[in-house]
Amino acid sequence: MDHDINIRVGGEAGQGIQTIGLALAQTFQKSGLYVFSTQYYLSRVRGGHNYFQIRVSDSPIKAISDRLDLLIALDSASVEKHMEELNDGVVLLDREEVKITNDNRQIFNVPFQKIAKDIGGSKLYASTVATGAVLGLLCCNLKVLEDILKDTFAKKGEDIININIKAARAGYEYAQENYSAKCKYSFEKVEQKTKTMLIDGNDAVGLGALAAGVQFLASYPMTPSTGVMNYIAAHADKFNVVVEQAEDEISALNMVLGASFAGARAMTTTSGGGFCLMAEALGLAGMTETPAVIFLGQRPGPATGLPTMTEQGDLLFALHAAQGEFPRCILAPKTPDDAFYLTAKAFNLADKYQIPVFIMSDQYLADSQFTCERFDASKITIDRHLLSDDELGSMETYKRYTITPDGISPRALPGQSKHVVVADSDEHNEEGHIDQTADNRISMMEKRMRKLNGLTKEMEAPEVYGPHEADVTLVGWGSSYSPLTETVDLLNKEGQSLNLIHFNHIFPMNKEAIRSIILKKGTTVCVESNATGQFAKILKTEADIPVDMNLLRYDGMPFTSGYLIRALREKKVI
Amino acid sequence: MVTMDDYLDIETEWCPGCGNFAILKAIKKALVNLGKEPNEVLIVSGIGQAGKLPHYMKCNTFNGLHGRTLPPATGAKIANHELTVLTVGGDGDAYGEGGNHIIHAIRRNPNITTIVNDNQIYGLTKGQASPTSELGMKTKIQTHGVVNTPLNPLALAISLDCSFVARGYAGNIEHLTGILEEAINHQGFALVDILQPCVSFNKLNTFKWYAERVYRLDEEGYVPDDRITAFKRSLEWGDKIPIGIFYKKEKTTLEDGFSALKEGTLISRAKDHALVDELIDSFM
Repeated sequence: MDHDINIRVGGEAGQGIQTIGLALAQTFQKSGLYVFSTQYYLSRVRGGHNYFQIRVSDSPIKAISDRLDLLIALDSASVEKHMEELNDGVVLLDREEVKITNDNRQIFNVPFQKIAKDIGGSKLYASTVATGAVLGLLCCNLKVLEDILKDTFAKKGEDIININIKAARAGYEYAQENYSAKCKYSFEKVEQKTKTMLIDGNDAVGLGALAAGVQFLASYPMTPSTGVMNYIAAHADKFNVVVEQAEDEISALNMVLGASFAGARAMTTTSGGGFCLMAEALGLAGMTETPAVIFLGQRPGPATGLPTMTEQGDLLFALHAAQGEFPRCILAPKTPDDAFYLTAKAFNLADKYQIPVFIMSDQYLADSQFTCERFDASKITIDRHLLSDDELGSMETYKRYTITPDGISPRALPGQSKHVVVADSDEHNEEGHIDQTADNRISMMEKRMRKLNGLTKEMEAPEVYGPHEADVTLVGWGSSYSPLTETVDLLNKEGQSLNLIHFNHIFPMNKEAIRSIILKKGTTVCVESNATGQFAKILKTEADIPVDMNLLRYDGMPFTSGYLIRALREKKVI
Repeated sequence: MVTMDDYLDIETEWCPGCGNFAILKAIKKALVNLGKEPNEVLIVSGIGQAGKLPHYMKCNTFNGLHGRTLPPATGAKIANHELTVLTVGGDGDAYGEGGNHIIHAIRRNPNITTIVNDNQIYGLTKGQASPTSELGMKTKIQTHGVVNTPLNPLALAISLDCSFVARGYAGNIEHLTGILEEAINHQGFALVDILQPCVSFNKLNTFKWYAERVYRLDEEGYVPDDRITAFKRSLEWGDKIPIGIFYKKEKTTLEDGFSALKEGTLISRAKDHALVDELIDSFM
């Protein structure tokens, strides 16, 4: 790894932090570098202190680092807040706008606003000037950014494109003329690597859903899940998808169930508070055996909590939500590429077992961009598990809840044939009509719960990362995968002995598969972004595997390898 | 030709003399008169005595949650707009638990007929006040009488410019059947509130009480095309209670607005693999 630079763009909401951050991340990716970006923002549209962080390297990287090398400060708060983290890094700012007293760092001044006004007659172009300046400082190829600007502003016309390109060039040239030789982080000699995708967790879920043939989405917007809804809505017309913004989350999941009952592949997207309102409909999906995919983007609760930050605090809630008992499935993607394939799998499992399936993500994965290998859409199949018109035509009678050995009743759609389809939220008989007798209750409960047997076999074993046996085994689930793998690599390089057992198929737990992997030789440490070790609890109750220790973080911030290594040392595990 | 027999005659669990019998009969008759086969019809019902209605006839049924008839009905209509979709629930279901949904269903205007069996009382839970219970009505819970202003569903719907607003009466099956036929035929969201005596728990709004008060709007030559007039008539309640179609307006339906539904039902549309690859490439 010759290059590994951490860049942070800090400022108030509305100053163009995201514009600069996204343009830089894309430029690096399209230049053949590996990129990881994440956002820290407050729950407001204007003001406050927000930042966008990019890690860029010529070797594969998957997580954010605690280190900071280059700070683009759009306000003085950025300087105050992040200066201490810079160590020997550099700051890029517009001295006319950002007043600083502390001058003991290597500061590069670029008059973003003046250049913007000279070129475009407006401060609006300052973000583009800043983006150009960063690339100038790093000696990157400006042509890549120019192409990105052409794409970004394609709808705004030639004039706007040209002004932006000029602004980027001016920023670039200013940095080159004044500072090029002084910056130690030059990417000048980086060779073009393989082409990658740059995608965040939310877009990856949206893309996975479209690849899986989603037909209907009903949701109520809620951070950090809204990105999935946005992505699918943006492509809805082309893909023949209907996206409906529901009046509340109660309606959202109920709409999804109606659409699914009538035959559409349907999903909803939400976060904890919204999911609370869906609990009753979740049980309705269980009782009526109606397939549904629920994207649950976690953020710290309870109640409104920390709306724009991250946590893995809703696992036990998703596992137990709604009254009564019924089969459900929980998947938690590790990375955007995992999110793409798991989302498609969620639809197939929902259809096959006629159950609700969760895709559990969190703000960290939702808003972080990773460079990934190109997704392979040909790996995705669409398995609806529906009765064909011919099969239905030859049936004398049709019963929606026919008792079967595997618990799965052949599914027909209303209006598909001469047979009517009856679904009921009451306990019901095979035909779907209310039946409160004890014998019926027992056979129907057992029929529904039997579906777990087949479903459990479809749950993949956790991934073992690092050596098969080690002194310390980290256990993780979902989005913490990347910082955990980086931690294993860094510590093993130091001569420590660590491995990671990481889960993305959470529930039901495939006990046999898990027990064959978790060989309790050394110390097991379960790492989670919550205060009570929720996954460790499931591991104990479902797979009878106790962990030795919990490493928990619940301050709203994602794990980094730096944080994990410090915490492991404090716990004297290493 | 579809007949009443196709919709079957199934034993119910309703109290003898319940207004629900008349409503069930009127729904079946209206569907038969319109030539709808049971497999072309989907009834989404809620919880309460009214919510059991689709179990007592043959048709596609989604008997969902209390208050939640409209969201699944909307989802199902979007998924397959060739289905004739009706919702059935009581006043507690539609106006209490489901109050938010009816407001937004009217705004969305899906081509759905919403039937509210409005007996101004909670039957299944044995006699508590409903959102439409009369002021002063004493119940086991409202021991000093109802103090909450009764909800006027027709006035609410007309104020939201609902595309079809009507009131039927369980004591006049023929008139109710006619209203339901028009409501089902109407392109857009149709609300049919039905005055329904509850013989077990509502001792105030009885068949006799209604028989002395209801009168037909159409017999006066009323034309349901003006929102302000309709609103005025919807406020009539007391010695004289109008029944019939209060308001009708052709509006763009929810389904009309979705490009995905232009060339057939949503569930009939196939996915194009090449488009997925195009999207993937947009991230390269």
